[in-house]
Parts: sequence; C-alpha cells; structure tokens
Amino acid sequence: MTFATPSPESRAPAAAPPAQTVIELRGVTAGYDGEPAVEDVDLRIDRGALVAVFGPNGGGKTTLLKLIAGLLQPWRGDVEVLGAPPARAARAIAYVPQAELVDWSFPVSVWDVAMMGRFPALGPFRQPGGADRDAVAAALDRVGMLSHARTQIGRLSGGQRRRAFLARAVAADAQLYLLDEPVTGVDVPTQEDLMDLLAAESRAGRTVVATTHDLAAASRHFERVVGMNRRVVADGDVSLLSDPDVLSRTYGGHLLVIGERGVLLDDAHHHDTERGGERHFHDEERHR
Amino acid sequence: MSPLDAILDPLAFPFFIRALLASTIVGLVCAVVGSYMVLRGLAFMGDALSHSAFPGVVIAYLLKGPFYIGAAVAAVATSLAIGWVTRRGQLRGDTAIGVLFAGMFALGIFLFSRIPNYVGDLFGFLFGEILGIGDTDLIALSVLALIVLATVAVLWKELLYATFDPLGAAAAGLPVARLDYLFLALIALTIVISLQAVGIILVVAMLVTPAAIGQLVASSFTRLLAVAIAVGVLSPVAGLYLSYWLDAATGATIVLVETAIFIVALLAKRGSSVVGSARGTT
Repeated sequence: MTFATPSPESRAPAAAPPAQTVIELRGVTAGYDGEPAVEDVDLRIDRGALVAVFGPNGGGKTTLLKLIAGLLQPWRGDVEVLGAPPARAARAIAYVPQAELVDWSFPVSVWDVAMMGRFPALGPFRQPGGADRDAVAAALDRVGMLSHARTQIGRLSGGQRRRAFLARAVAADAQLYLLDEPVTGVDVPTQEDLMDLLAAESRAGRTVVATTHDLAAASRHFERVVGMNRRVVADGDVSLLSDPDVLSRTYGGHLLVIGERGVLLDDAHHHDTERGGERHFHDEERHR
Repeated sequence: MSPLDAILDPLAFPFFIRALLASTIVGLVCAVVGSYMVLRGLAFMGDALSHSAFPGVVIAYLLKGPFYIGAAVAAVATSLAIGWVTRRGQLRGDTAIGVLFAGMFALGIFLFSRIPNYVGDLFGFLFGEILGIGDTDLIALSVLALIVLATVAVLWKELLYATFDPLGAAAAGLPVARLDYLFLALIALTIVISLQAVGIILVVAMLVTPAAIGQLVASSFTRLLAVAIAVGVLSPVAGLYLSYWLDAATGATIVLVETAIFIVALLAKRGSSVVGSARGTT
C-alpha cells in the first residue's frame, strides 16, 4: 500500500483487459420490516477488485452484501451482478456468512463443505463425479486445506474454518466472493494468511468484497474501502481510513466530500467518481 | 420354548408380518427425514405436526374417508401456516409452532369429544396400533414412503446445503425458501406414514431419536444417516418382538428400544471422552 496512487486503474496489471463491471448498484434503498438499512446506494466494483466495506454496527454492511448476493431485494433502485439481477448470476456468486451464523457442530468435513460449492451447478439429478472431486481437491490445495480434508469443521481453528468456506467459493468457480466479516475473531498472523489468499484470488481475476469493522485490517490489506453508514459515506483507497474526517462521518455523521480521491457524496444525490470520467450523473428524477 | 421358536412363532401370524414390514418402512423413512430435521433444529416441529394431524384424522373418520388424506391435509396445512407466520418475522418460530399445534390438537380433541358413538378406532391414532394394520394400509404406507424417499434421494444435496448454510445456498442459486416448504411437507407426510405404527404422541421419537443417536456417534452426514437408518430399521423389529413376548404396547416398546440405544450411545460417548481426556493428561 506504500505506492497508493490517485488512480485505481493504475494498480491493474499492464496486460489486463479493460475493466469489467462486476457489481453495480444504482440508487438502492433496502431494509427490513419497513426500516431502511441502506439508503440511496450507488456503487460500482470492477473485476478483480479487493474491496473492504467498513462502518459501524447497523451501518448496513451486511445488508449491502446481501443485496449484492440477491438475498435481499431492493425497495428502490437496481442491483446488477455481471450485468444481470443477482439471482440470474447466482452461479458466479459465493457468499460466506459470518462465522457465528455457522453451526460448527454440523457433521460435515472440510471436503464436504467445499463439495457443496459444486452442488448448484450439478442440479438435482446429477451426482458429484470425478470432475467435481478434482475441483474440490484443487480448491482445498489452493487454500492450503488439503491435509485437513477429512476433518469435521468444528475441530478446525478460526483461520482454517474460513479457509474451508473459501475453498467452497473456489470449488464453485465463483467470480464474485462476498465475505461477511472474514477476518473478525482471528489473530493477526491468521488475518495476514487469509488476506494473502484473498489477494491472490483477486489477482486471479476474482472480485472480492468483504465487510469488516476492523479498520486496521482493512487498511493493511484492501485496495479499496467503502464506508457505510446507511449511505455510502466514503469510497476510495485505504488512505481514507487515516482521515479523521472520514472516520467521524462513517461512525458519526452522514456525508462528506473526500479530498484528493475526488469522491463527492452529498445530499443533492448526484455524484461523480471521477474515475476516467466513465460514469457521471445518474438520473436524479428517480428520487421520490 | 427354544429361542428359535420364540423368533419364528410370531412369523406364523400375517398381522405380525404386516406389522414388521410397516414398522421397518416407518423406521426407515423417519430416520432419513429425521436426520435432516434434527440438523435443521426442527425436532419440536415434528412433535407439532404430528399433533396437528389429529383433527384431520377425526374429520376423515367422521366423513368415512381415508385417514391418510385427512392427516396429510391437516399436517401440511399446519406446516405451511407455521412457515408463513415465521417468515413474516414478527414471531419466533417456536412461538408460531406452539400456538398453531396446540390449537389444531385442541380442535381434534373437540371434534373427537363430539362424536356420540364408540371411537375406539381413533385411540389407535393417538397411541399407535401397528398390529391392526391391514393390507390396504400397508400398500398406501409403502407408496407414501416411496414418494418421501425418492424426493430425498433426488434432493439430498440441495437439502444438505440449504440446511448447513441457507444464506450461502440461496446466494449460489438454490431455491432455499421452496426447499424449506418442501421439507416441511416431507415431515408432514412422514408423520402421516407413522401415525398407525406409533401414534401421534410418539411419532416425534421415531423422527428424532435415531438421528440423535447418529449425531452422537458420527462425524459425517453420511455416517449419521447410516447410523440413523440402522437404528430406525432395527428398533421396530426388536420392539415388535419384545412387545409380543412381554404383551406390551407395540409403539411404546419400539420407542423404548430406541431410547435405550440412545442412552447407551450417550454413556459410551461420555465414557470415551473421559478416556480421551485421561489419555490427554498422561
């Protein structure tokens, strides 16, 4: 992160194809039981991005992830994954829930969990075969869990548990990894290992979006950070996380103008990310 | 009487053979569905659905229709109602279950108490009456069992994924909500199949106990299922003979055999973990 540059495009490898939009949210408002959890969210994430969504509890981090995963329908606005509604792109999406939502006593091994990644593509009438076993073995190898393949998931360490779920995403050949709090509750060396894996996936063209309330972890490992406090209150590179103004907006206030990254977010609901000027004002008449 | 005679003698009775067949089929279906049910935390749901089948049975009796239909309609309707109330999110699942199953069971008892003439047949549904099962019942039961087992055989992967991680499964494109409803319907059908064998009050044991034993001794889902099936199929055989020799209620004896196996498994598990920790200290 020492060579953070003003333009996000500059981090892309020289031979990379033109950036492909994987996630696009336009004017999205959504919530539960009549209470909005996220409001008026515009967000675009390109292929291969490694994005942390940070913010306070109740700030809408998980809601944003669920919207992208198609687990929650927007009240207003559009969510697109790979140019289609999330449900149509489901095979390309891997969603990893928070560790505390998983029943770790469930009688499945690491191998079984990774194999589940193959189930949706197989459909009801086909059983897992040699190609699926090869894919699972390769996925476990990639996340360093092949030697634990037969271990019941409750016997794993915190880092290994997350690797098992990552193996499921890899085995599914997902293009988009959505991870809810992947580095929460593990020690720093384990965080480093996990983030190395995620960075490798992002270099391989997978798009990785993770929520975190651990700002230190976010600033060490991610390329782009999105601050959520009901609205997107910050969006840019990790230098935002050392900006006291950004932090006070994310964890206290509402909206702000962020300096050098040219991210402007204000109540007039227009914004311009100034990334090569490829996206400008959105149709503003959509509001109310 | 030699031990061999004790085993062979009852086989001379067609009702005993029918009871053996019916109860092992019931044990098999209950073990398979119960394994998913326990992992989904739906043990209480099993109890609720069996009780809510009662008004259906009574209404079928009053209309002189087949009890299968009445029980199935009442149980499926209740399972859908519970799913619907829970999905609306204002009440916890166990609250919705408690309200609806007690209400349905009360309706059953109300209707039952209004029947003026002899209702001995209906007691069979409360406590089980497998020795009285007829050929038609056995055929109907087998067909329903085949439907349930075939459905699970086709959807085992999807049910497993949706049970283990509903969010991940839904994001990856599995129809998790529809699988939830389908599974509730499978529980309801399984209960209908089991009513004659063990009765409304004890069905939950057939569903939960074999799976619980599997969960105690197995660390993989396949082994859990295998253990549950073994217990589910062998317990009715042992229970039937025991009840024949001891002249005791059949359904209750079958359930007691399963309960005994559960206690042994629990003690063996505790014993082994004590040994394990003792080894760990040396």
